[in-house]
Amino acid sequence: MTELVFKTAAEIADLIASKEISSQEVTKAFYDRAEALNPQTNSYLYQSRENAMAAAVSADKAQAEGKILSILHGVPIAVKDNLTTTDAPTTSGSKILEGWVPQYDATVVKKLRASGLPILGKTNLDEFAMGSSTEYSAFGPSRNPWDLDRIPGGSGGGSSSAVAGHLAPIAIGSDTGGSIRYPAAVTGSVGAKPTYGAVSRYGLIALASSLDQIGPVSNTVLDSALLQDVISGHDPHDSTSLKDSLGSMTDAVKNADVKGLRVGIVKQLSKDGFQPGVKACFDDTIAKLTAQGVEVVEVDCPSFEYAIAAYYLILPAEASSNLAKFDSVRFGLRVAPEGNPTIERVMAATREAGFGPEVKRRIILGTYALSSGYYDAYYGSAQKVRTLIQQDLEKAFSQVDVLLTPTAPTTAFKIGEKVNDPIAMYLNDVATIPANLAGIPGMSVPNGLAQEDGLPSGVQILAPAMQDAQMYRVGAIIEKLYTDEWGSPLIAKAPKLEVK
Amino acid sequence: MSEITPDTVRHLASLARILVTEDEVETLAKELNVIVDAVATVKKAVSGDIKATSHPIPMANVYREDVVEPSLTQAEALSGAPDSADGRFRVAAILDED
Repeated sequence: MTELVFKTAAEIADLIASKEISSQEVTKAFYDRAEALNPQTNSYLYQSRENAMAAAVSADKAQAEGKILSILHGVPIAVKDNLTTTDAPTTSGSKILEGWVPQYDATVVKKLRASGLPILGKTNLDEFAMGSSTEYSAFGPSRNPWDLDRIPGGSGGGSSSAVAGHLAPIAIGSDTGGSIRYPAAVTGSVGAKPTYGAVSRYGLIALASSLDQIGPVSNTVLDSALLQDVISGHDPHDSTSLKDSLGSMTDAVKNADVKGLRVGIVKQLSKDGFQPGVKACFDDTIAKLTAQGVEVVEVDCPSFEYAIAAYYLILPAEASSNLAKFDSVRFGLRVAPEGNPTIERVMAATREAGFGPEVKRRIILGTYALSSGYYDAYYGSAQKVRTLIQQDLEKAFSQVDVLLTPTAPTTAFKIGEKVNDPIAMYLNDVATIPANLAGIPGMSVPNGLAQEDGLPSGVQILAPAMQDAQMYRVGAIIEKLYTDEWGSPLIAKAPKLEVK
Repeated sequence: MSEITPDTVRHLASLARILVTEDEVETLAKELNVIVDAVATVKKAVSGDIKATSHPIPMANVYREDVVEPSLTQAEALSGAPDSADGRFRVAAILDED
């Protein structure tokens, strides 16, 4: 029998349901490993054995009373530290919130608790989810289990490194421009950004409210589907929450059938700018699908050329407004300058001390984009680009069921390589950003190791809004083509982390 | 080249209530010029009559019944406050003395 911590969430859930193991046994196994390996990966900002084991005891007790609370009953999970939790500090990776314990649980956290999933801890992220490497976390970068000198992607690098390193079987992430999908690609794991509104954002510390979406992080497509089914659904606390159910993602994975599938390759995201090994993996995915009889066509999305530019106006504009709440009054850090300062000087000194350089850069950029005289030219034009992207996607999806792109332009880069070059960092999200601007679902599935460095690559699947099931169907098809070839998921090829 | 001068940065930082050192002003001015040049390309993408999209899904106001529901107690609401007194948030003076 494979050691417990190398099993998928689906396998663990089955073992618990059939009473072969208890939630306490599996939670303890993951907690022990996470505690021992976290000094190497820095995946978790906060771990609590007491909280995790108490939840596992409750799950086992419920089961003994005949209550199976969900399809993932008893399976432990890690939660990104930008979701509020009443029993653990919530920092969002920032000094300005260090030590803050929220007064309410995020809806997703509430659902996890009600569904019998013990929370192992809170995972690291770039400060307020601004970044694609976790190097902008105020608490140090997380490290990629494939090579500890490399980034695990961001902003959700804590969750991706925890799952890829088996410090948790599954995790929660949030995706504003690729923060679930990019980390999945560079760690050889799976991550999905559901349709905007499919999962409640209540209790998610907002970065850009019109782009943010919570989603699953896992090692297999089925595990992400199971988790999305647990966390999605309408929430009256979130005015953007979708009223209608999007159906069962689990069923979409289990019934995945290649028959009649039409996929599109985006002209603007299949040529230049990708590392040769990443491009080769992508071409291989397309070849495999073609060999299955899948119809592949090229689609034209000219507006994608402007997606990054539009994103880096809309995001800072929304973030500068969302982060105004960190004002030293009701919660978080307060720094008072010498003498008898006014509240404005206290706010300015607090925000100087509490925010890191990338957060300051984006707040000031957002303030500029929204200032009078520039608003129409910058923010106004960016909103129009958003319309063009939706129109291009609508046209593309009239010809095909899903679009495929490489998820990330390169494999995981070395820690420190891009940290002082904001533009280079922003370009990591070139393929993932359009989905957020349009509100459509997107997921990343491993599709091999790049020939030049042996590091994981991912393929991104984009589906029309509300058609998350279609995305999971194609994710399951691609995953199976590869596991048939490799005999196991890609993650089984990752170096095994040893406790030092 | 866009025109973000050190003075622009000082003004924006003051609007955003972020104290910045002179070193930061210099660095930010340089970085923001590069970033603004890059993002200014959006202007080239849009011509003619294109509507602006602020949200990816159709938005409508959401109302709830106007009934009293349980909420945070005063102590809970103040539990994370850097400073409080008499059941309220306490802050520095709003106005300068002079």
